Amino acid sequence: MSATENTVTKLVQKEYEHGFVTELETDTLPPGLSEETVRQISARKNEPEWLLEARLKAYRHWLKMTDPEWAHVKHPKIDYQAISYYSAPKKRGDGPKSLDEVDPELIAAYNKLGIPLEEQKALAGVAVDAVFDSVSIATTFREPLAKAGVIFCSFSEAVQEYPELVRQHLGSVVPYTDNYFACLNAAVFSDGTFVYIPKGVRCPMELSTYFRINEANTGQFERTLIVAEEGSHVSYLEGCTAPKRDENQLHAAVVELVAMTDAKIKYSTVQNWYPGDAEGRGGIYNFVTKRGDCRGQRSHISWTQVETGSAITWKYPSCILRGDDSVGEFYSVAVTRGSQQADTGTKMIHMGRNTKSTIVAKGISAGLGENTYRGLVRMTPKAENARNHTQCDSLLIGDRCAAHTFPYIEVKNPSAKVEHEATTSKIGDDQLFYCRQRGLSEESAVSLIVNGFCKEVFKELPLEFAMEAQKLLDLTLEGAVG
Amino acid sequence: MLSIKNLQVSIEEKAILKGLNLEIGAGEVHAIMGPNGSGKSTLSQVLAGREGYRVTGGEVRYEGQDLLSMETEVRAHAGIFLGMQYPVELPGVNNLTFMRESLNAVRRARGESELDAPSFLRRVREQAKRVDLDQALLKRSVNQGFSGGEKKRNEILQMAMLEPKLAILDETDSGLDIDALRIVAGGVNELRSPDRSIIVITHYQRLLDYIEPDRVHVLVGGRIVRSGDKQLALELEQRGYGWIEEVAA
Repeated sequence: MSATENTVTKLVQKEYEHGFVTELETDTLPPGLSEETVRQISARKNEPEWLLEARLKAYRHWLKMTDPEWAHVKHPKIDYQAISYYSAPKKRGDGPKSLDEVDPELIAAYNKLGIPLEEQKALAGVAVDAVFDSVSIATTFREPLAKAGVIFCSFSEAVQEYPELVRQHLGSVVPYTDNYFACLNAAVFSDGTFVYIPKGVRCPMELSTYFRINEANTGQFERTLIVAEEGSHVSYLEGCTAPKRDENQLHAAVVELVAMTDAKIKYSTVQNWYPGDAEGRGGIYNFVTKRGDCRGQRSHISWTQVETGSAITWKYPSCILRGDDSVGEFYSVAVTRGSQQADTGTKMIHMGRNTKSTIVAKGISAGLGENTYRGLVRMTPKAENARNHTQCDSLLIGDRCAAHTFPYIEVKNPSAKVEHEATTSKIGDDQLFYCRQRGLSEESAVSLIVNGFCKEVFKELPLEFAMEAQKLLDLTLEGAVG
Repeated sequence: MLSIKNLQVSIEEKAILKGLNLEIGAGEVHAIMGPNGSGKSTLSQVLAGREGYRVTGGEVRYEGQDLLSMETEVRAHAGIFLGMQYPVELPGVNNLTFMRESLNAVRRARGESELDAPSFLRRVREQAKRVDLDQALLKRSVNQGFSGGEKKRNEILQMAMLEPKLAILDETDSGLDIDALRIVAGGVNELRSPDRSIIVITHYQRLLDYIEPDRVHVLVGGRIVRSGDKQLALELEQRGYGWIEEVAA
C-alpha cells in the first residue's frame, strides 16, 4: 500500500468525536408535516398571529415547490413525512430561563462538547447561545451585552420581547419564496439566535451559537437573524455537532444578516455535523441558506466557513452589495472524506457603485469525497466600477476523490472587473517522501500541507476559533501515520 | 558508517541493482558516477527509504543498524539526508516553517530540546548567506517558483541546518551553472568533517573539481565495476563510460 493510500485509509477510518447521545425527557412532535404541524409549532412557542400567518403562507407555497436537483450531490429522496419537526428537552418549571433551571444533563452534554455554559468557566469574551434540537436552552453573558445595548437572545424570546424588530427584518433578506429548503424553514423553523447591534455600537464580545442535534428522526430548522445598525460592528460564530446514527437527518437553516451604513458583520462557521460512516450510512444533510444584505454605504459583510462535517453540505453564504462602496467577503474551507459530498460556494450580487467582493474557496477531498465549488458573481447594470476577485483551489488526497468548480459570472456593467483564479493540486507520494526524508512523520506532513493550503482562510477566523479550526482539521487528519 | 553488501533491488520485477557492494567510513567523501539508467538514483532512493522499490537480496548496515528495516523519517532522525535531484514543491507551506518543523522533529527524535524561534532564525539566516540563497525565498512556499539553482541551494541549506551524519547528494550539480556549482560545492565542503560521510552522485567530473572525493566508484548495470581515487574520475572524463562498459562486459 502506498503512503498516500495508507493516509487515505486512515482518514476514512477516523472516528467522529462528538457522536454521543444525551438521554433526556423530551417534548417531541410525532413525525409528519401538515398545516397542523405548523400550527402546533407556533402554538408551542406562543407566537403572535402574524407569525403563524407567515408560516402558513410559506407552508402553502412550499407544497407547490419541488426538490432542487441542480446541485452536484446524490442522495435518496427525502421523506418529509418521516421527520419530526419539533423536539425539545422538557423544561423544569416555567418562568424566566436561568441556568439553574436547565437540566444538568444538558449542561453536561455541552461540557462534553467543550462549551461550558457556566459563565465563570466560559471562554472569556465569548457569549454563547446553546441550541439543542429545536430550542435554545441557554444564552450566556446577556447582562454585560445588554449594558452595551446589544440584544443577544434566542429567536423565540426575540419574537416575544422584540416582535417589531423581528417582524421588520424576518424574511427581508431571504424571502420564503427563495428556495425549497428556505421555504420549508420559513414554515417550520423552531429556534435560533437573534442579534441586534444598535447604532454606533461595537459589540464588546464575540457572539456565538452552538447547535446540537440530539433526538433521532428529527430535523433541525433554525433561524438566525443579525441586524447591525449604522456604524456598528459585530463578530459572530456558530459551531455544530450531532450524534452518530445510521439514518440521515435534515438540517435546513436560514441565516439573514442586515448591515446598515458603515456597519460590519463578520460571520464565521465551524461546521462539524456527523458526516456518516465510511460507507456513507447516516450523517446530516446540511441544506442551508445564508445571505447578507449590505443595505447602506460602506456596509461590510464577511463570511468565513470551515466545513468538515455533514454527509451532504449544500450552502452558499451570499452577499447582496446594495449600498455604494459596500464590501462582501467569502472565505471557505470545505473538507470531504469518506463518502461525504459538498456543493458549496457563494453569490456576490453587486448592485451599488464601487462595490468590492473577495472569494477565497479551498476544497479538500479525500477517500471517496466529492467537493464542488459553485459560485455566482453578478455585476448589475448600476454596479459602476465594481470589483471581484475569486480564488478557488482544490486539494486532492488519494485518487478516488473528486473536485469540481462551477463559477458563474454575469457582467452587465462594462466598468466592472471580475477576476477568477483556480488551481487543483494533489498531495503526492513524492511530497510525503520529501517531508519524511526531512524527519517529519506522515501525519505532520499531511497536516503541514493541508494547513498551508487553508492558511488564507484560517487567518480570517477570530483568533480563538482559528486555533479550534486548525485542531479540528488536525483531528480529521489524526491517524494519518502509516 | 555505511556498509552495503550484495544489494539487489527491483522496480516492478525489473532488476536495477544487481549485487552492489560499498563500504563508506566516517569522514569519507565518495563519488558515484555512471551512465544513465545504471542505478545511481535507485541506490540513493533506497538508502533514504522511498517506497516502491523491492529489495530482493543483500543488506545495508548504517552505524551497525539494519537500515532497510527503518522507516523513512527514522532514517532522517538517525542522520541520513538525501539532497534530491528534483526537490518537490510544497505549495502553501512556508519554507521557514518547514525547516523549523523538520529540524525540531529531528531534534525531538534525538532527545534534544527544540530550537527556539530567535536561535533558529539566526542560524537559518547565517546558513542561507553561505549558500547565497535570497532571504526572500525563506518566506516563500517550499521550492515553489524557485529556479533550478535555487532549489538545489535550498537543499544544501536544509542539509546544513540538519547536520546529517550521512549526506547523499543525488545529481546536485545537474542544471547548475558554474557559479551555482561553486556555491553548492562550497556548502558541501564546509560540512566535511571527521564524523560526517558524504556520497556525491554525479554524471560529470566537473563537480569533483570542487568537491574532492576520497574514493570514486563507477556504477554500470547495477554493479560497481570499478573503484579508485579521483584519478579515476579524470580518466572517465577523457575516455567516457564506453571504455568501462567494455571492460565490465
